[in-house]
Amino acid sequence: MSTLTLDPIAAKASLLKKDGGQLLEVSMGPQHPSTHGVFRMDVVLDGENVVKLKPIFGYLHRNHEKIAEDETYLGSMPYTDRLDYFCSITNNWAYALAVESLAGIEVPERAQYIRVITAELTRLQNHASLVGFLMQDMGASGTPLMYAFREREKILDLFESLTGARMMCNYMRFGGCRVDLPTGWLDQAKKVVAAFPKFLDEFENLLVSNEILMARTQGVGIIPAELIVNAGITGPLLRASGVNYDLRKVDKYGIYDRFTFRVPLGDHGDVYDRYMIRILEMRESVKILEQAMRDIPEGPFTDPKTKVRNFRPKPGEAYGRIEAPKGELGFYLISDGSPNPYRYRVRPPSLINLTVLEEMCLNRNIADVVIILGSVDIVMGEVDR
Amino acid sequence: MDEALKVELGRQGVFATSLQELYNWGRRSSLWPLNFGLACCAIEMIATTMARYDLARFGAEVFRPSPRQADLMIVAGTITKKMAPQVVRLYNQMPEPKYVISMGACAISGGPFKQGYNVLKGIDRYIPVDIYIPGCPPRPEALIEGFMALQRKIDAQQLTGENRPRHLNAAEPSEFIVPKFGAHDLEPTQNPAIWHAPQLVNITLAPDETK
Repeated sequence: MSTLTLDPIAAKASLLKKDGGQLLEVSMGPQHPSTHGVFRMDVVLDGENVVKLKPIFGYLHRNHEKIAEDETYLGSMPYTDRLDYFCSITNNWAYALAVESLAGIEVPERAQYIRVITAELTRLQNHASLVGFLMQDMGASGTPLMYAFREREKILDLFESLTGARMMCNYMRFGGCRVDLPTGWLDQAKKVVAAFPKFLDEFENLLVSNEILMARTQGVGIIPAELIVNAGITGPLLRASGVNYDLRKVDKYGIYDRFTFRVPLGDHGDVYDRYMIRILEMRESVKILEQAMRDIPEGPFTDPKTKVRNFRPKPGEAYGRIEAPKGELGFYLISDGSPNPYRYRVRPPSLINLTVLEEMCLNRNIADVVIILGSVDIVMGEVDR
Repeated sequence: MDEALKVELGRQGVFATSLQELYNWGRRSSLWPLNFGLACCAIEMIATTMARYDLARFGAEVFRPSPRQADLMIVAGTITKKMAPQVVRLYNQMPEPKYVISMGACAISGGPFKQGYNVLKGIDRYIPVDIYIPGCPPRPEALIEGFMALQRKIDAQQLTGENRPRHLNAAEPSEFIVPKFGAHDLEPTQNPAIWHAPQLVNITLAPDETK
């Protein structure tokens, strides 16, 4: 054993192995090209194998909840955009749902359809960029991500013409939406949605039976169904392990009971399944979009009776949850009758999906950690809030 | 050098330039940004490098994950007090000449989260910023505009004389104080050498002489 150690951590007694070898403690992040934001992992390695992994959060803690408790109910709507900054519209929806059940607001028919259309478009662009980033993490540098972002830009164009912003849409209001669909928007959206399966076919042709992709992802990062249920994981991660739980089917929030779509389920719960689940979910989203855009009725896009100024819900509590692209996104609100919530709590899917990261990574290579983290689909804005 | 003569020489196949122009042209045409995203703005930064906006047209498609190989730091997103020391350390690790673009409201001033207890109110408190791009988040076009403004700034730099840039002046520092997480706040709360709190000035209106 050499007494010369550059790093004092490496000299820790806990890092000495019985056979005289040494473990290596590596800090991955917060600046690391694979960590999807400012996320840090403290990894203890035996050679290349992961012995211990400790996720460290808090590099993007923007005190969202505390700010929201000082804001009016409507005032924290723009802040929800910045939680999961890929899918601002689904964040808006979850928050609007919580406030609507707190204040007992009805949502008109047309607004429900607009919400479904925009939310499913959000799911499309989130999953498209996720598979792009996953390929990037795997070393397919550039091309898949460029294909994914090409599609994402088309959907962002739709968001921009509808809401005025590409990413931070701030679109939902209590009892409906902020503006009605502009003239010609639906035709444009129908075109984009009709062309989307072509992109998926192209993507699948290139990647699904790709040898490198299969070698890197199959059998990697498996979580058993029992653990994943006990840990409270939701979203595509849960369904990739074969558990049939989709809030669009379970809660039937909004008007999701009117559409026919299937919930894709995985068999093995490995990274490959999680990748395939995203592709299949995009296909199902396209089906929902086609039905919603066919059936959307005329009518008001927001409930005219909802008070905009001096909005004070009665004292009480409410929890609103939706199936966001990353899992169950919930908002828990307590009202004391004042214009701002007494307690405002977000249940972020990314944070809770990260809790089993160590179980997924143990005894895998350090290179696998990168793709396992990529397959979880985290956004630090939501993890740290 | 006479512009007309330069054009005339160009026609005859002789390329004439000054060392300064060549030097600036080389630096502005291959700025390698640091592959470093903090929050929401990072997604727009990625979108800028993708096919539609194509930052590669300006010589900046090579995003380097290591600060040792980067010339440009795009501070894209909210800097929290936990992250600020790392941002300054990354800046210190970059070799000169180095430039900083402060992208988005959060990196400029704390943005919508300014009232929060954990958000740094602008990265210019610790490192010198060349270009500010407002927006929440700025559009990719805005980032490209900011990038081109930086290129114009580099083009105008003198190699010698009083106005020469920081990296050619041995008296100017290349590294800055890395803040520490103290008992109540970051210590120091700002680098006094590069940032001063804006002075509040009481403006008394001049007496109206028409009355």
